Amino acid sequence: MARALITMPPTAKKGEVVEIRTLIAHPMETGYRRGDDGSVLPRNLIRRFTCVYDGETVFSAELFAAVAANPLISFSTVATASGTLTFTWDGDDGFAQTERVAITVT
Amino acid sequence: MSHRTGPPIRTATRRAVLNGALGLGLSLVIRPAAGTSAPSLESAIRVFASEAPVKVGRVLLDVAPLVENGNAVPITITVESPMTAADHVRRIAVFNELNPQRDVAVFTLGPRAGRARVATRIRLATSQRLVAVAQMSDGTYWQHAVDVIVTLAACIES
Repeated sequence: MARALITMPPTAKKGEVVEIRTLIAHPMETGYRRGDDGSVLPRNLIRRFTCVYDGETVFSAELFAAVAANPLISFSTVATASGTLTFTWDGDDGFAQTERVAITVT
Repeated sequence: MSHRTGPPIRTATRRAVLNGALGLGLSLVIRPAAGTSAPSLESAIRVFASEAPVKVGRVLLDVAPLVENGNAVPITITVESPMTAADHVRRIAVFNELNPQRDVAVFTLGPRAGRARVATRIRLATSQRLVAVAQMSDGTYWQHAVDVIVTLAACIES
């Protein structure tokens, strides 16, 4: 399990735009670099990130080699109802991680 | 006689030198594009926009014009849009000019995003041009290009 950090307010008013910042520990190895022995380091990237809010995908991203290591993704969503936001990162070598954060909407 | 032939010879030489310089300049301009096997920035944008015209405006790609460390360059893309069900941003893509690959990231948004603003951190292999392209719900494409100078490049040291 990679370390993931999700910053978002725990509560929000209905209809308010909530800013979400996600950070995950990952090398994002490009597949273009060479190691100390001269061999090409195999590509190891997070390819896809999705945020599902109460069963609906509100945001997703496709990432390529040009995204820096430990990818930070900042976006926003409208607080519609109290529930859970599910964050998923998928990548090479079967990398998959899911984090859940609850939000209370008043 | 010799003083009469002097000037034409000098003119010819000057012309030859200028032509040579021009030719050298052109070859220098053309070489980087011909040398790389990856598609050009323009063709990558054309593929993303599926040949539709891409207008300038509505998109703001915020990135420092002078970057010290190319390994992690913060970028923020903001698109002018009310983000309603009828009028919203569908996708935002970021492309680079001189990294090994043209694609940087593609973000998929919708009316539930509330605000068309995304931020991330990227790698830049050298000083180059970055382009952010937004696809609106009405099918139009908008872009903003920024030239960035990088002092310490990413992925140079092995």
